[in-house]
Amino acid sequence: MYAQMVQSEASTDDPEKLAAFQARIDAGEKIEPKDWMPAGYRKTLIRQIGQHAHSEIVGQLPEGNWITRAPTLERKAILLAKVQDEAGHGLYLYCAAETLGVSRDELTEMLLDGRMKYSSIFNYPTLNWADMGAVGWLVDGAAIMNQVPLQRTSFGPYSRAMIRVCKEESFHARQGFDAIRKMATGTPAQKKMAQDAVNRLWFPALMMFGPSDADSVHSTQSMAWKIKMNTNDELRQKFVDQTVPQIEYLGLDLPDEGIKWNEERGHYDYSDPDWSEFFDVIKGNGPCNTDRLAARNKAWKDGQWVRDGLLAHARKKAVKKIAAE
Amino acid sequence: MKNEWPLWEIFIRGQHGMSHRHVGSLHAPDAEMAIKNARDVYTRRNEGVSIWVVEANHIAASSPSDKGPLYEPSESKVYRHPTFFDIPDEVGAM
Repeated sequence: MYAQMVQSEASTDDPEKLAAFQARIDAGEKIEPKDWMPAGYRKTLIRQIGQHAHSEIVGQLPEGNWITRAPTLERKAILLAKVQDEAGHGLYLYCAAETLGVSRDELTEMLLDGRMKYSSIFNYPTLNWADMGAVGWLVDGAAIMNQVPLQRTSFGPYSRAMIRVCKEESFHARQGFDAIRKMATGTPAQKKMAQDAVNRLWFPALMMFGPSDADSVHSTQSMAWKIKMNTNDELRQKFVDQTVPQIEYLGLDLPDEGIKWNEERGHYDYSDPDWSEFFDVIKGNGPCNTDRLAARNKAWKDGQWVRDGLLAHARKKAVKKIAAE
Repeated sequence: MKNEWPLWEIFIRGQHGMSHRHVGSLHAPDAEMAIKNARDVYTRRNEGVSIWVVEANHIAASSPSDKGPLYEPSESKVYRHPTFFDIPDEVGAM
């Protein structure tokens, strides 16, 4: 998902405190920043929320790529609003992570030097305008699958951030579907572009949910702590079941020959993505990993004088104000 | 000196004459920029008509360990709620 393969930390805290903590979570109570929490819970959450925040921020790049080339002023305004939302989502999430005792600059630096990850999906390029439709519809659609249940997560600030994010996220999915629908029902050339976008982004979208449950080693503790609400395969299946009829509605070909309705299971069967590609992208070898990190590093470096200047100005004003009092 | 912008807590008054409500936080160099940023981060969809910003380290908060002494005493004072009192039907609405 936006947070993939988040390593869950074992806890070495006092067993009695751990049991009381688990009882609070089992009773559906929210854990707030100043409450006692196991060191592993704190560490795992920083990693997960941080990765989620980084994904929102890096996720602006593949779409920002098309703002100046949107086909109409209306589409441009919509895309601009969508990308601005992603910045907002990143900020809500960074603030939630900061309540756990990590600073914004620490989080940023860990992204910039590669110690923290962001979702594998944003290491794929956006090659044509139809990709803007496919990203909103498929990528944000996949993100919603994960984010809706996370509104009920045990950590209060994370849950509240997710509630805000989810309110805005359906706009993202819908504008994407609307954009690709326009192309899928347009000229043969436009329809071809729409098909191409779906073909290229289908498997990377499926990878967003992380490795299959059999290979997912970090889930048990995170699920007990209610910071992961469903297994990777559960969410992936839900996404496939929801999306296949939408692809058919658009009149596009299914991007995977393995997709077939399974009457017995009551779900669509589908082919697994190429997991070796997924692990390779996570390791830093996707088509755009280098570009994405370079862009974030450049933005951080180029913005340094603005951050410093505004802070120097604020300090100068504060000193003058004290002197005047 | 550390050069991270301070953290501000953001409070927004919604459309319908309600009190300002805490909506989240953000970093900004000063109050003026905090209000500008809050407008962009927290009112993109008409969520508010007024913004308060307070630097986070100026907020004093009760401690979770004081939960008992602070709030338990009120649990036994059911007579503070109107439903404690039976009013005969004949009396009508009260």
